[in-house]
Amino acid sequence: MTTTQSTTTTIGGHTVHVDQEGFLTDPDEWDPQLGEALAQQIGIALGPDHRTVIAFARADYTERGESPTLRRVSTGADVPVKTLFELFPGKPAKKIAYVAGLPKPRGCV
Amino acid sequence: MRHLLILGAGTAGTMLANRLRRALDHDEWRVIVVDRDDDHVYQPGLLEVVFGHREPGQLVRSRSAQIADGVSVVKGEIDRVDTDARTVHLADGRHLSYDQLVIATGTSPHPEETPGMDGALWRRSVHEFYTLEGARALRDALDGFRSGRLVVHVTEMPIKCPIAPLEFALMAESELREQGLRDAVEITYVTPLSGAFTRPIASARLGHLLEERGITVEPDFVVERVDEDASALVSYDERSVPFDLLVTVPLNKGADFLARSGLGDDLNYVPVDPQTFLARGHDDVWAIGDASDIPTSKAGSVAHFSVEIFVPNFLEHIAGRRMTHSFDGHANCFIESGHGKALLIDFNYDVEPLPGKYPVPGVGPMTLLDESRMNHFSKQSFSWIYWNVLLPGRPIPLPSAMSMAGKHATEATP
Repeated sequence: MTTTQSTTTTIGGHTVHVDQEGFLTDPDEWDPQLGEALAQQIGIALGPDHRTVIAFARADYTERGESPTLRRVSTGADVPVKTLFELFPGKPAKKIAYVAGLPKPRGCV
Repeated sequence: MRHLLILGAGTAGTMLANRLRRALDHDEWRVIVVDRDDDHVYQPGLLEVVFGHREPGQLVRSRSAQIADGVSVVKGEIDRVDTDARTVHLADGRHLSYDQLVIATGTSPHPEETPGMDGALWRRSVHEFYTLEGARALRDALDGFRSGRLVVHVTEMPIKCPIAPLEFALMAESELREQGLRDAVEITYVTPLSGAFTRPIASARLGHLLEERGITVEPDFVVERVDEDASALVSYDERSVPFDLLVTVPLNKGADFLARSGLGDDLNYVPVDPQTFLARGHDDVWAIGDASDIPTSKAGSVAHFSVEIFVPNFLEHIAGRRMTHSFDGHANCFIESGHGKALLIDFNYDVEPLPGKYPVPGVGPMTLLDESRMNHFSKQSFSWIYWNVLLPGRPIPLPSAMSMAGKHATEATP
């Protein structure tokens, strides 16, 4: 709902619109190849488990218009929170949104 | 005769029942409110109980006494809602039918959701302050706390009154200083957020305030469990924060009957249209106050501003007209910071809390995002307004839509 300023950047040969922190502002600009490139930017090599999580996050965003919380990813993709921390170390909810080409999670208010 | 059924007689449900009783035709609509007990707690006062400024009994009044004549009050535990049959089933077997249903059953702490939290240490060295029982137990624990590690902790967002844990940390720091114990106590603020608060500018200002008071912030901490043997919080990424006294805000969830009724999300909040509060997929079910999933603070001020929008929309909706009022997510909160001072923040779905003056631009008397004694006095006098103006649904001279007047937006541009 918040209007974010976006700039254009090139990641892995894709020209995309991103916010100040590098989150895509238009999720439709994403494709799996770009996902790999975004993951590389934050030092993650995507495996099948990562891809399951990313697919859930994108599907959930399409349905609800909001980047999912960690709890929602864990329940929805059926992956324990502990595993999400192993797959996306440090700040999993943010990293999932970043790689999935979704806006930065609001983290609530 | 049509039936408007309101579930929950807390801040939102009470205000709404009183306002709608006046607005609806008595020959056409019957208004019924359901709650499990008759104890309405003035929740902004819970921290005052913690710090011994008020007795628990002073916060409680009869729920039904706050509700206007002409509204029926039903006491009972809600089992489930059958939206197809437009019926609410109570646990004792009674059922109530409705034409329009408003869910206002709020949110509550669930320590049992975090392993080790409500075990052997619960109400001994692990405390919460969102219930009367919890506030009283924490008051006694603080009385005996002379030295060691005080850890203030938020389990997961969203929580009711998201500034309350910050307020607790600041007030505790102030009390300890006054008692000459500050040097003997280490205070840490542990949060799942990346900073002290949810919105960047307020987070920076409040973070600075914590730093000034020597309170360490442990950010991005998603708690996995409480290690009872080591007396420590343990995160999913295996950080450990030991404590002598833990003051936590347990996981908050909406009412269980919402899950049983298929009306709740993964934390039992009712997904609604954030502008109108109509439950998604329904045209006769609404949720207001903390019970809904709207993306703003779970706070009494939000409930109040929501009711202002809800009433005219509801009247349009039942008359078969398009709803023409839209909620902007307006919230404002006082933050007691100790030393007889308080901060005030004012924000909505789209606009950050900003510094400035409130409610009269440039004049105040209240100051936004900065400590002042006037803010403290305003918060102190709020309980009278709550019981005598807000709950009865009397007009209050504050606009429900947020205003940018008197605010300094320049700081908003990084």
